Amino acid sequence: MNLNLTLIGQAIAFAVFVWFCMKFVWPPVMQALQERQKKIADGLDAASRATRDLELAQEQAAEQLKESKEQAAEIIEQAHKRANQMVEEARDNARLEGERMIESARGEIEQETQRAKEELRTQVATLAIQGAERILDSSIDEAKHRELVDKLAAEL
Amino acid sequence: MAGNNPTSTEYIQHHLQNMTFGLHPEHGLGLAHSAQEAQEMGFWAIHLDTMGWSIGLGILFLWVFRMVAKTATTGVPSGMQNFVEMMVEFVDNSVRETFHGKSKLIAPLSLTIFCWIFLMNLMDLVPVDFLPMLAQKIGAWFGADPAHVYFKVVPTTDVNATLGMSLAVFALIIFYSIREKGFSGFVAELTLHPFNASNPFVQALLIPANFLLEAVTLLAKPVSLALRLFGNLYAGELIFILIAMIGLWQLPLHFAWATFHLLIITLQAFIFMMLTIVYLSMATEKH
Repeated sequence: MNLNLTLIGQAIAFAVFVWFCMKFVWPPVMQALQERQKKIADGLDAASRATRDLELAQEQAAEQLKESKEQAAEIIEQAHKRANQMVEEARDNARLEGERMIESARGEIEQETQRAKEELRTQVATLAIQGAERILDSSIDEAKHRELVDKLAAEL
Repeated sequence: MAGNNPTSTEYIQHHLQNMTFGLHPEHGLGLAHSAQEAQEMGFWAIHLDTMGWSIGLGILFLWVFRMVAKTATTGVPSGMQNFVEMMVEFVDNSVRETFHGKSKLIAPLSLTIFCWIFLMNLMDLVPVDFLPMLAQKIGAWFGADPAHVYFKVVPTTDVNATLGMSLAVFALIIFYSIREKGFSGFVAELTLHPFNASNPFVQALLIPANFLLEAVTLLAKPVSLALRLFGNLYAGELIFILIAMIGLWQLPLHFAWATFHLLIITLQAFIFMMLTIVYLSMATEKH
């Protein structure tokens, strides 16, 4: 076990290897490691952010759904109200219309009756005069008794 | 086994001898043909096997990691990138937990230490005869005596390798100490602790004692760092060699020891890395 030049040679080789490792091996590997670390951290960050966003979106969606349900219910209720109102209105209108029609019909009937009465009256007067003529055999002066018969007819 | 049926002792010794290249006083420049010759070459010799395997494995480590680093995506990582990122994060976490200062060097240093030492230790799991035999065949092909071709595969079982690394760490400890506390601060740390007196005269007397204690503490760091790794791996290798000598029964034993050793090699790489971080963090923190 004699010490010799190998000692120095080994020390030099060692120094060279360490230098090489320090210059060309360690920095790139370390850099890659750190970059990956950063990447992973960023990824995890993004993932947690996305989860938070998703939660938020779900909450929002639920809220919107609730709101729209409420709105829909309101609309339906309004529609019901409106429909009831319309039915009511229609009913009222129909009633009024009917009453009006009945009224006018009644008026017409009245008129018709009046006219019929008028006609009847004139015809009765004529008939009465003709009948009286026939009975009295033209003894009666038409012009003389006309006023009398008209009075009679008006009393009918 | 090598050559003309060596004895057990020769076999073990052969396995524990590095391929040494250097200037021999008698035979001139060349490979040592025996432990004796390697010894005689003195300090100015180099272990070709240790250097070759350690540099090769270091390059393998850096090549794989560099390839991944170049194509690293921030998207979903695939197989190899996963593995590299796991290692990087593991080392980064270990550094963050222990080292509280700011430094661009510590983390890559730790990664290099862990991966490189682990790979070098891993060579221990290659069957002990496999690569040396191959080396002997190649050596014989080149005309060398196979018995004299030494080839030790695991660089961390060579005390030169572990001490080389721990000395580099030691240099960093001193560098960080001086950078953080200044030279005077570093000297003060070595001389004014653990004994402290308000009287300047008494303090002057205490300085040598303090320096002795602190110097031992400081020097023990690289030595313990190197010898711990070396000792563990050397012992493990030795046991592999011993197991390899007992014939057929070596198979289950080898498997059992390799399984256990898998723990040791990882643990030793981890300990070397952690202690480096701890020492450097101690060097940068003020007491």
